[in-house]
Order: sequence, then structure tokens, then C-alpha cells
Amino acid sequence: MDSVINLSGVNKIYGTSVKTQVLFDVDLAISQGSFNGIIGESGSGKSTLLNIVGTLDKPTSGEVYINGNRTDQMNKNQLAMLRNETIGFIFQFHYLLPEFTAFENVLMPYYIKNKKIDTKLEARAHELMELVGLSKVKNNLAGNMSGGQQQRTAIARSLINNPKIILADEPTGNLDSGTTEVVYDLLRDINRDLNTTFVIITHDRRIAEKTDRIIEIKDGRIFTDLSRT
Amino acid sequence: MRLAFKIALRFLTSSKGQTALIAIGIAVGISVQIFIGSLIEGLQVSLLDATIGSASQITVNPEEKNTPIDDLQDIENWLTETYDEITAITPTLTQGGFLKIGDNTEQVVFRGFDLNKANEIYKFDAAITEGTYTLKENEVILGVDLAKNNNLKIGETYDIITPEGTISALKIVGFFDLKVASINQSWIIGSIDLARDIFDFSSSQGTAIELQISEPFDADLLTEEMTLTSTQKDVKFDNWKVQNEQLLSGLNGQSTSSLMIQVFVVISVVLGIASVLAITVLQKSRQLGILKAMGLNDRTSSFVFLFQGIILGILGGILGIIFGLGLLWSFTKFALNPDGTPVVPIFVNYGFIGLSGLIAVAASTLASIIPAQKSKKLSPIEVIKNG
Repeated sequence: MDSVINLSGVNKIYGTSVKTQVLFDVDLAISQGSFNGIIGESGSGKSTLLNIVGTLDKPTSGEVYINGNRTDQMNKNQLAMLRNETIGFIFQFHYLLPEFTAFENVLMPYYIKNKKIDTKLEARAHELMELVGLSKVKNNLAGNMSGGQQQRTAIARSLINNPKIILADEPTGNLDSGTTEVVYDLLRDINRDLNTTFVIITHDRRIAEKTDRIIEIKDGRIFTDLSRT
Repeated sequence: MRLAFKIALRFLTSSKGQTALIAIGIAVGISVQIFIGSLIEGLQVSLLDATIGSASQITVNPEEKNTPIDDLQDIENWLTETYDEITAITPTLTQGGFLKIGDNTEQVVFRGFDLNKANEIYKFDAAITEGTYTLKENEVILGVDLAKNNNLKIGETYDIITPEGTISALKIVGFFDLKVASINQSWIIGSIDLARDIFDFSSSQGTAIELQISEPFDADLLTEEMTLTSTQKDVKFDNWKVQNEQLLSGLNGQSTSSLMIQVFVVISVVLGIASVLAITVLQKSRQLGILKAMGLNDRTSSFVFLFQGIILGILGGILGIIFGLGLLWSFTKFALNPDGTPVVPIFVNYGFIGLSGLIAVAASTLASIIPAQKSKKLSPIEVIKNG
């Protein structure tokens, strides 16, 4: 199977007494190494879709395959391990741990993998910090950095375990346009160099246009699905 | 586990004020526990010491009242050889008599001891207020009140009349104060040989053997054992517990109430820590959500809070021991009798203090179980959705 993410017939309904259906029979396949953009209005269900792909949320019905494994039937610990090893997250709000330094934040997914940090891995972390241009501030506490620096730290963090997939929910949502450009170029470079699959939610049409494929979500359904050839 | 510890430590060090506050909260509870416990124990030890510290704890008496024990020396030898628990032992010959003072007679109790041995029980060396307790032939020492009431002087000689009517002369060489009015008013102490002369006993006879043992609270068990193994059929073994039942029940009541106070202090410490830690779960829910999104499993996330509890317990325990000892120290320095001695001599029991430290750790670990469970239930999506 070529696709690293595969959704079939995914429905999501919130609430028990008052039911709100957010996703309707979504079928979606994302192929390995592709760079995908998801666009759509607020409340269209795009974040819910991303959270289901990221196994943070469960579909009400339908099947979700990540890297060939069916996730909608896994238990919490299996999902945690899958997320840790296969998926890197970049959120709109960086979600760094303010108690730890930038460098420690980058290493955190590796710590969670229950691995000891050796010199090889430290070198890799330094390399990633270099890649996102943060060598100088890596020992700052995450709380003491600018928004752009925090977001770039989050990107480095998402890469530390060499995940197959990176899911990003408006990764540049609170950055200025200059920094946005830098961050996207960076993601593109990573996509090209490491063959990492990207699924990125964005509001920014200019950014969306730089992706290989644009999926537009409207009212919980895939409205358009355009691929660059 | 290492990661959980690392995160726990970082959470605690990143909010130092809050950590200090919780640790001090635990410390205050534990210090009160140590203080109350040591105070009551000190009170009991001093009370016990005053009651039985200078008295016979086990007494070998004749089976039939007012008859002499014939093989005093044999029994004494057998006891010292058989029981290592015995810390002091003295044969004694006790008889009532009358001291002739001018035209009056005063009823007295003559107690003949092996003075060097008896000194270990009665501490005459410390009790002597005037004169000496090293006695030569027909020399005796008297209770201070007996001397004062009858205006008796050191160096004077008086006659003692036995119930049989024999008269012997006694020379007073010292006064003692054993802090018990009835003793101070009636006792005359001399050597056991002098007593045998006066009361016409043979050289192997006496009326009792008095002992002290290393664990006074085991006196009842030990007397039972002695009764079973003794080959002497005309003697019985009495212990202080039977004779001081009221004191014992008083001590028990005190121990129980002290324990109750300590238990409630610990319960309030547990509740305090539990509620504060439960709040920190809320405080850190964002961080936990992020960690879980990155793949932290529920077990590790709950260990973060258990470790926080343990670390806070250790911190609070150490601080609590320091506070507690400080409190005890200041109590012995500021709560004083008019003569400068502490109102209650504090008894520092290192085992108890160590136990209190352990209780601090156990209590705060216990208190962290609820927040640890809560952190398990936290789902990353809640944090991600709510920003």
C-alpha cells in the first residue's frame, strides 16, 4: 500500500443528547512523502479530521489506517506508542513545555520513547536546532523565546523521532508573514530531504498553493481535492 | 520512570514558591506530630521513672505473709544466673518497729539492704540530703521528714524497739529524700546484717528480694516465667504492674490520645497535599496534554504525580524533623520549672522521629494517588481543542 494515511467512511458525531455531526463519510488517502494542505472555513471539520488522523480523537464510525495499522480499534497505550514513533505534531500554538529548555523540548519525544540520550542523538538534536536556526537560543527556557522561535522549536521537536508523518494545524497561524515564509520553506526542505509526509491545515491560500495537493473541507465533507501534477 | 521523575522534578523546581509552601505545609504537620509524640513520650518516661525508676519492679515475697524467706542468697543467685534482664537486685529485710525519741515512740519501718546493691534501685547517693550513706555497724540513715518532724540530728543515737520488745541502739549518720512523703516519714535504712541482728533473723534470712529489669513493661511476663521455673515453692513473684493498675491505665489513655492526635494531624496533612496536588494536575493539564499527544503513556503521566508526592514528602519530612526538633528544643529551653529544669523532660526517640519522616513520605505518596489517577484520565484532545 502506497498510502501512509487511509481513512474510509469516517464519521464524527459530538455530543450524546444533542448530536452534532462534524464529519460525514470522509474517505481520504495520503501517499508517503507527499506535502498536503487542508483548507476550509472555521467549523468545517478540518481540525477534527486532523485530530482523527493524529489518533488524538476517535471516529464515531469508519476506519483509520496509519502506516498500514488500523488505529480506531487500538487502546490508549498502543495509540500513544504509535503517535510517539510515527507522527510528529506541530500545533498552531506551539505547545512547548515552558518548564524545559528549547533543547529539552526538542528531545522530549525521544525521552518519551524511553530511550537514553547518547551523543549520537544529542548531535542529531543539535543538527535539528541548527536546521530550524535556533542554535543560539537552545538553552533558553521555552517560555523565554519569541513566537517564531517557539514555533521553530516545535518543528524541530516534531522531527526528533524521524516520524513518517507530520501533522500541522496552522503552524504559522500566529506568525508574521516573513517568518511564515521561512517556516514553510523549512517544512518543504524537510519534506524533500527526509521524505516525510506532511498534512498541514492552513488558512493562508498563498501557502496552500505551495503544497502538492489541496484538500478543501466544507461542512464535514471533502469539497475539492486538487493535486498538482 | 526516569522521565517521570525528571518531569516531576522540573514541575516542582519551576514553581518554587508553591513547592516551598506545600513542603512547609507537610513540615508543620510532621513537626506537630513529632512534638506531640515526643512530649507525651517524655511525659510518660518521666512519670514512669518517678514511679518505678527508683522502686522495685519485681519483688520476691514469701508465699505466706510475715514469714521470713529462708534461702535468700540461693534465690538471688538463681535469679542473677538465669535472667539477663535483671539490671539491679538486692535482698532486703523489712520490719516495723518503734523509734524511742525522748518520752515518745515513733512508728517506723526498718529496711535492711545490701546498700551497694540497693543503691542501684533507690539511688541513695543522689537522695542523701545530709550526711553519708556509707554505713558502719549500727549506723542508719533516716527519711528527711522523719528527722524533721522529730527534730533528730546526725551523730545522735536512738533506741529502736521491735514488736517483740528487743531494744537496739542506732546511730544516725545521714538523711535521705526519696521524694515520696510516706517513705520520708517512716523509713530507717540500715545494712541487712544490722536488720538481722535487731529483728533476730538468721544470716541467710530476709523478707524479700527486690529487682529492677531492663524492660519494666515486661515485668508481668517475666514474673510469670519466674513463677513457672522457680524451684522455691514458698515464695511468690510480684510485679509493679499489678500494684499500679491505675497508673498503667492512665498511661495507656495518654498513649491512645497522643496517637489519636498524631493520626488526625497526618490525615489533615494527607488531605492538604492531596488537594494541592489535585490542583497542580489542573495547572499542568496543558503540559500533560502535550506530553500525551507526543506519546507519553498514562502510566508515566501518573508517575509524574506520584514522584511529585514522594519528593514533596521527603522535603517536607526533612523540614518537619528539623522544625519538630527545634520546637522540642525551644520547649525545653522556655517551658521551665522555677528551679530551671524543663517542665517535661523531652525524650528524643530517634526511631520515632525516623518513623515520622517515613510517615511524611508515605502520607504524601498516598495523597498523590488521586491526582495521579486524575492525570491518567486526562485526554490530549481536550487540551489541543481548548488551546
